[in-house]
Amino acid sequence: MKWFVSHQTLSSDFLKEVEWISGETLSHCYQCGKCSAGCPISFEMDYLPNQIIRMVQLGMREAVLQSKTIWLCVSCITCTTRCPRNIDIAEIMDALRRMAYKYKIRAAERDIFIFNHVFIKNIEWFSRLYEFGLIGAFNLFSGKLFKDIMKGPGMFLKGKLGLFPHKIRSKEVEELFKKSRELAAKK
Amino acid sequence: MKYAYFPGCALKSSAIEYDMSTQEVARKLGIELAEIEDWICCGATPAHLTLHLLSLALPVKNLLKAQKEKLEVVTCCAACFNRLKVANHFMQTDEEHRVKVNTIVDANYHGDVVVKHFLEVLINDYGLERIAKRAVKKLENLKVASYYGCLLIRPPEVMKFDDPEDPHSMDDLMKVLGAEAINWPYKHECCGASFSIARTDIVLRLTNDVLRMAKEAGAEMVAVACPLCHSNLDMRQMDIAKKYKHYDLPVLYFTQILGLALGIEPRKLGLNKHFVDPMKLLKKKGVI
Repeated sequence: MKWFVSHQTLSSDFLKEVEWISGETLSHCYQCGKCSAGCPISFEMDYLPNQIIRMVQLGMREAVLQSKTIWLCVSCITCTTRCPRNIDIAEIMDALRRMAYKYKIRAAERDIFIFNHVFIKNIEWFSRLYEFGLIGAFNLFSGKLFKDIMKGPGMFLKGKLGLFPHKIRSKEVEELFKKSRELAAKK
Repeated sequence: MKYAYFPGCALKSSAIEYDMSTQEVARKLGIELAEIEDWICCGATPAHLTLHLLSLALPVKNLLKAQKEKLEVVTCCAACFNRLKVANHFMQTDEEHRVKVNTIVDANYHGDVVVKHFLEVLINDYGLERIAKRAVKKLENLKVASYYGCLLIRPPEVMKFDDPEDPHSMDDLMKVLGAEAINWPYKHECCGASFSIARTDIVLRLTNDVLRMAKEAGAEMVAVACPLCHSNLDMRQMDIAKKYKHYDLPVLYFTQILGLALGIEPRKLGLNKHFVDPMKLLKKKGVI
């Protein structure tokens, strides 16, 4: 695959922004490839982790934020553990996801995006994860209405899937969400 | 020995047998686990992918509740363990985050509540020799592959729990109970965690590799310390069988294996709640 890296991409603020949001010095990366070698999801990614770092260094904002890679990172933190330059690559992937979210760039992995969104809404409403609600909402919004439906009876009969959310309904979680969003917006 | 117990969402739902076995083991050993009142979800993985400050505020809110009781926090879920420790790390080392999170939770917290995993409590606080003395059933002839997963041991600077490349804490526990701790290369390869629902295909591929490696190394059982690892290896084993290969490898929480060694009834440990039935193997090995 060929890209044209122009003068504009090279002098963009993308690297600085990612370094600021993630708190990591990406410019230290010398492309040893250890992160990609240990990544368990590398087989499914469109760009390897070390390639993403390189692309950020080159200011390739669209290619990075539109990639599947940033959504396929499963946060196993193997890369961070092994990086010889002490770069927290998992945190960089987090930062890139948050940036894609902030700039409303359509996630290349729809289902993963939907899952995260549904999970967050679930704990916002119920304070503790309401698993039945999570699975139901995911199936609905992803359009996979009958996914894992055969697991339901087994889980329910084993007492592992409550039909109703837990009793706690304190206001404090709503407060935490509200204040977090406000503070995040201020930056 | 008294601790503030943070079960987390999974242990009260899809990983209920982990909670059951932990409580039974704690009771038997005289470890008091006082469940934190009105605990809230730690946010797990989805929180830190979307709202950074929230992903720190949720664990900190729980830690504040434990701080009031002046107790150390114990948790069993690897994700909760990870998030609580990461939150503490930020509150201790990053001033900007400390100020912002304290504004959100309306407190003056400096990340000083001690957070331990139940495995840590058993090994460091209670002691392996004491456990060995309390074991009434020998688990001889049982070949156990200890599967650590990701979040329990990584990142090492934050978790400070076991070796990040060659962990051995669960293996040590298994050995002291008389079981044979299998040496195998996929001890901490990711199972796919939260992709279980969104990208089941990836989870099936990763878990197939894990089970295959365990089987090839001679394991008869896999021991886990994380609800997602358990769910992916146990609940999804039928799906793995349909797509790849049939393994018939029971997956137990380390607390269930310990519980059996302590002579606790299998029912009380939730052994009947697994998708891959461990009873046949346990009967064959003379454990029950």
